[in-house]
Amino acid sequence: MQPINKADVQEKLNQLVNQDVYIHLETTTGSYACLQGEKAVSVCAYIRNGKVNYQRGQITGSGPYRVGLKMQDGWVYAEGLTDFEVMDGEKLLLAGHDDQGQLGIALQISPEPFKNDSGRE
Amino acid sequence: MNRPVLAVFPHPDDESFGKAGALALHAQEGTPITLICATSGQMGRRMGNPFFANRETLPLIREKELKDACEAIGIHDLRMWRLLDKTLQFEDPEELADRIFQVILEIRPFRIYTYYPEHGVHPDHDALAEATIRAASRLPLNERPEIYGSAFSKNCMEVLGPPDIIIDVSSVLDKKMAAIRAHRSQSEVMTKKIDEELAANAARKDEILASQMKEQFWTYRWPEELVTRR
Repeated sequence: MQPINKADVQEKLNQLVNQDVYIHLETTTGSYACLQGEKAVSVCAYIRNGKVNYQRGQITGSGPYRVGLKMQDGWVYAEGLTDFEVMDGEKLLLAGHDDQGQLGIALQISPEPFKNDSGRE
Repeated sequence: MNRPVLAVFPHPDDESFGKAGALALHAQEGTPITLICATSGQMGRRMGNPFFANRETLPLIREKELKDACEAIGIHDLRMWRLLDKTLQFEDPEELADRIFQVILEIRPFRIYTYYPEHGVHPDHDALAEATIRAASRLPLNERPEIYGSAFSKNCMEVLGPPDIIIDVSSVLDKKMAAIRAHRSQSEVMTKKIDEELAANAARKDEILASQMKEQFWTYRWPEELVTRR
């Protein structure tokens, strides 16, 4: 991945508009966050291969960035995005990393479902 | 030939952090080791420092790292299930236990390394540990392998007492550190710190690596045993 180029991301968001796409949306503190301090909790959520269709996709901010996808019945929102990659020419991967390279948030959009394992021996 | 040991862990690197030394000692003695790794660690938060993996490339990278770590430790029988990270807790525990039980019947280990149920912190650790106990419990008490459980929950000392097994792994420290370093995407955050300290204070190597030279385990107490003792 590389630091987000806003224009490149916006172009990709535009390409994926008005069609069924699969999203991976995730945020996490890491499973060991609960060990830090008395009342700390580990928080994680992910949706892998949720199928959505958005009419408008927009990247905003000046880094870290936000992305919103406007759908007929609601929204997808991600904040804290720092890096991006276009994978296999069609999948848009966005992620937010801290100063140790640890992922805190990810939003990925693809016309095909994301794989659930490496599929290889 | 020595009877084998079985290690049952959900993520690539679980076999290395806090356990690679004990396993390397088995390998050194000629004890065969079978490792079940249930997921590919697909959902790990660490991507290397600086990061070189992303959510989609991580599983294949971690599988390769695991193979390299196994090489460093001396594990020649690696069984990768490739289930999805964080989801073990939602699978049917009987089905997980079935798969583990098959391996127990096949290799007849005298000991199993896994997490201590309810003290593994990560939900996958606890789910797989419980399935492992469930599998081993299908054997009569006197035929069951002993279970060396790893615990690091906040209250593990309070609930389980101090660990009854403390192993000096200083003789295989190089192998252990090689295994940890093999898991580069996950261990760089930690090894960078160690390397910086070593670079600054080469003479204090033993002190800097002291925490890596001992490994601790809690022998699992079967409910049947606890009943007869009371």
